[in-house]
Amino acid sequence: MRFMLLVRSTKESEAGLVPDQELFTAMAKYNEDLAKAGVLLALEGLHPSSKGARVKFSGSRQTVVDGPFTETKELIAGFWLIEVKSREEAIEWVKRCPAPFKGEAEIEVRQVFGPDDYAELIPNEPSPPTGNQT
Amino acid sequence: MKDFNRAVEAIWRIESPKVIAGVAHMVHDIGLAEELAQDAFVAALQQWPESGVPGRPGAWLMGTAKHHAIDLLRRNQTLQRKHDELGRQLEVEELSMPDLDAAIEDSISDDLLRLMFTACHPVLSADARVALTLRLLGGLTTEEIARAFLAPVATIQQRIVRAKRTLTEARVPFEVPARSELDARLASVLEVIYLIFNEGYSATAGDDWVRPALCEDALRLGRVLAELMPREPEVHGLVALMEIQASRLRTRVGPSGEPVLLLDQDRARWDHLLIRRGLSALERAEQSGSALGPYALQAAIAACHARARTAEETDWARIAALYDALAQIAASPVVELNRAVAVAMAFGPAAGLELVDRLGSERSLQGYHWLPSVRGDLLAKLGRSREARIEFERAAAITLNERERKLLLERASEMQP
Repeated sequence: MRFMLLVRSTKESEAGLVPDQELFTAMAKYNEDLAKAGVLLALEGLHPSSKGARVKFSGSRQTVVDGPFTETKELIAGFWLIEVKSREEAIEWVKRCPAPFKGEAEIEVRQVFGPDDYAELIPNEPSPPTGNQT
Repeated sequence: MKDFNRAVEAIWRIESPKVIAGVAHMVHDIGLAEELAQDAFVAALQQWPESGVPGRPGAWLMGTAKHHAIDLLRRNQTLQRKHDELGRQLEVEELSMPDLDAAIEDSISDDLLRLMFTACHPVLSADARVALTLRLLGGLTTEEIARAFLAPVATIQQRIVRAKRTLTEARVPFEVPARSELDARLASVLEVIYLIFNEGYSATAGDDWVRPALCEDALRLGRVLAELMPREPEVHGLVALMEIQASRLRTRVGPSGEPVLLLDQDRARWDHLLIRRGLSALERAEQSGSALGPYALQAAIAACHARARTAEETDWARIAALYDALAQIAASPVVELNRAVAVAMAFGPAAGLELVDRLGSERSLQGYHWLPSVRGDLLAKLGRSREARIEFERAAAITLNERERKLLLERASEMQP
């Protein structure tokens, strides 16, 4: 099963500050560990929200709002996508991650919908009378 | 407590291959190494609730297991000399720990690779290699392996015990084979990983058409191996093949569990992340400059499908040529049958049928439901419905998969008499 590990933004990441050499090296090592263990599918870091935008939907009306956005805690600074056996394994991998920022930081663990979930998601259609529909 | 155990199990899954490999390096017996690693795991379950989970749980497990190994060797007088040697080696390792992290990491990688080659040693049957690999390198429990293969737990347990005994009795060394044997031995490792993948991709038994968890296990093993042997093009070839095939997992099954064939699948729902990963693994295999091996060729074929935005855009002539190349290095009736399908798509059903009919007397294809199934399909395209119907019915009688049987019988009933 897949999990997305979401790194929450901080004032520093929103200011566009890059990690120092020490953190950079530690992160590179962590990413390598994920790859070596065969669990890493993808990872990306995101630019500060000042370069982004939001598209708000209200009924049929859409409004585009340019960044930056102030609620830092609701913003995402980067993510990993990993494939592991259990939620516990995903959490264990996060525990091994170096603190992504100095001071307070947070990584959220979210399960990605997989093949087993789709079966439940697909609405049940009434069965056709003939059953001949492959 | 239950949560705690699950957390420790997760640590076990991550760390156990390395711990088993590290201990096997000391005791030169992977069965014994696994027992010692298990002891360390049990010690963790007993001690960690009190002491808390250590900062580096992997190092803790490795250290504990290695100390168990030394104790065992100490008790064994005949191994006295060896143990002195090992004791010194371990001290050196421990003393140098903080400074030589990178060197230790390298040695762990080497041990993991040795473990992979040993678990996949040709002295073992394919079934035994598969079970042992999932257990020692995939970190799966015997129960999980049994569930995945729909086999009784006792059967799998027996299989693993026997496999370990065979390795001990045959005195299979814990090593990466020398260059002269490497190609043949690597082929055995790749075969095991692909067998695991295929059991998940097209289940040979049971009611389910796919078991995605096994595909994930195989992919994980393949990705690990690609990191351990980055210069072996066939390893990347196998990873590419599995990534691309796995990209279709969620479209191979219809809403009521029935199989959906490649050309009927909704390509928008293919996993484009896995396709991208597969294509880049294929690129790595191709970069080596040497001629593509059987896995890389199959990956190249899978890539042709992955690149086509619609079924109609598929480059069948290229696929037929790739099957031709595959037939030259790994000739088999199954490859021939696939080549026939590609030829039929590229140059018309009559050309394909000609190739299929040459396979009609092929002994090894008796009981292979794809032969009558493909023949039926080509006959149907040529408008020879009555013959097609017979072939579909024959295929349905042979297949062991329930879902597939249903699909084939439906096709048979669609043929006008």
